[in-house]
Amino acid sequence: MAIVYERSKGLTNAETHYCPGCTHGIAHKLVAESLVELGVLDKAVGVAPVGCSVLAYNYFNCDMQEAAHGRAPAVATGIKRVRPDNIVFSYQGDGDLASIGTAEIVHAAHRSENITVIFINNAIYGMTGGQMAPTTLLGQKTTTSQNGRQLEGQGAPIRIAELLSQVPGAKSVERVSLHNTQNIRKAKQAILKAFKNQIDGKGFSIVECLSTCPTNWGKSPVDAMKWLEENMIPYYPLGVFRTPEEEI
Amino acid sequence: MAKVLMKGNEAIGEAAMRAGLDAFFGYPITPQSELPEYLSREMPARGKVFVQAESEVAAINMIYGAAGAGARVMTSSSSPGIALKQEGITYIAGSELPCVICSVGRSGPGLGGIQPGQADYYQATKGGGNGDYHLLVYAPANIQEMCDMIMEAFDKADYYRNPVMILADGMIGQMMEPVEFKELKKEREVPAWATTGTEGKRAPNIINSLYLNPEDLEEHNIHLTKKYDEMKEKEEQWEEYNLENAEVICIAYGTTSRIVKNAIETLKDEGINVGLIRPKTLWPFPEKAFKEYPKTAKAILVVEMSTGQMITDVRAFNEGRLPVYFYGRSGGMIPTPEAVVAELRKIIEGGK
Repeated sequence: MAIVYERSKGLTNAETHYCPGCTHGIAHKLVAESLVELGVLDKAVGVAPVGCSVLAYNYFNCDMQEAAHGRAPAVATGIKRVRPDNIVFSYQGDGDLASIGTAEIVHAAHRSENITVIFINNAIYGMTGGQMAPTTLLGQKTTTSQNGRQLEGQGAPIRIAELLSQVPGAKSVERVSLHNTQNIRKAKQAILKAFKNQIDGKGFSIVECLSTCPTNWGKSPVDAMKWLEENMIPYYPLGVFRTPEEEI
Repeated sequence: MAKVLMKGNEAIGEAAMRAGLDAFFGYPITPQSELPEYLSREMPARGKVFVQAESEVAAINMIYGAAGAGARVMTSSSSPGIALKQEGITYIAGSELPCVICSVGRSGPGLGGIQPGQADYYQATKGGGNGDYHLLVYAPANIQEMCDMIMEAFDKADYYRNPVMILADGMIGQMMEPVEFKELKKEREVPAWATTGTEGKRAPNIINSLYLNPEDLEEHNIHLTKKYDEMKEKEEQWEEYNLENAEVICIAYGTTSRIVKNAIETLKDEGINVGLIRPKTLWPFPEKAFKEYPKTAKAILVVEMSTGQMITDVRAFNEGRLPVYFYGRSGGMIPTPEAVVAELRKIIEGGK
């Protein structure tokens, strides 16, 4: 019987610790499939963050390094500079990349490190139990913004794709969403392109993936997908913000 | 090879390159900036990697990544900058990666000052990052010794898979002395555990310091402790100077040890014998040097450019056998040989 679908060779057989309905599993799959389809899994070195995907080094079937909180772009810089022939990526959440690691991501982009960054934005801290993230929406209730995030004192949610699109070295910046099949297919194309850019030596590429956190949002997986579509996409518009062909 | 006259900070860079340095990641800070400046010119010219990071924090994490990818790597900084690197240093120790960290000490606390200091003894030898870990710490007293220690440091870092620190001070970093560079004995191979891509030939390599299971983490800590025990057994280094018939034993390292030697020579001319134990490794502290004192010794004088840090270890290993006195200057002030002589006279004449 012909095999019509199988687990990507880019993933190990480990059972993930992710909650039911969490989109990390989808993002992992897209990254793994991209590495396999581009024929670079054997050359890949991934950098895992601190956050829900801290154990990503157990799930990607390639060499991995576990970085300190927010430092993944610096770790990836170190790897890529001494191993330019390897394909180096970081996989980071919003607390990691958009809060404690803002210096590292901005400067890795400025230097246009030839790396690929997968940024998971689910508008909340997952691993530590649902605290406010820099990407938490205004009015959104979390364990550290129990009355809902307020503009005054807590500021507006940070838009990383827009911010990095102002950086000349950020050669490819795209925001995608993982809330339905149509968008997952677009996300796959964006991730493929971000790795292809690295293979072609185009410089820094980042794909921001809008994601769900049903557990800490207090929603069913289906409701979480709906909440993402109705609340996150209006504030975090999808699309291509920068391409390597466009100089600024 | 003939001797060349070089500034300490630049000599660090040259010695590291002779030791096969693949990549340097750093951030400017006085009084060590001549080191990244020198390497920014010389590393690319020799086909090697130089990156000026956005911060000390980023630099040490670049070191983590590059060391994990199997490269021979070094970073450098000075007191407050080394404080910033502590996060990365404990990750590097926990993940068992080799690297060399040069700390060219200034005075503190806080932003402190830019003049030489030895107030980072605790920072270097008692951790700074979280968890049960140690660095192998060398304390050179002159530029030649510093260069020799750097070349040795890379091999020790590889052998133990542990970060190694060279703790110099601003005086050694800024002064010029003649130095002869040794040549690398053999080429280094990329370690089998490094993340260089599986090439489809092996299971993935993982660089990591996370152990969520307490049994596993304790086992990891026991494994690390065995390495540190081996360092204590094999790596203690010290110099003994004029110890025979010494009435007082001075304990000093780095720049301060040179000042103490001047004081010893002054008193020798008067027929007064004072000795020196100079720790060359600060961790492991040269415990073996304290096993037996000359029978003539009546007291110990610890001299530091701090308000007293190494004295804690001296007291521990002295185990109450001799009275331990202290003379220190801090804030970037340098002890004079005359002041050390005066302290020694007070002790010898019983005035203290």
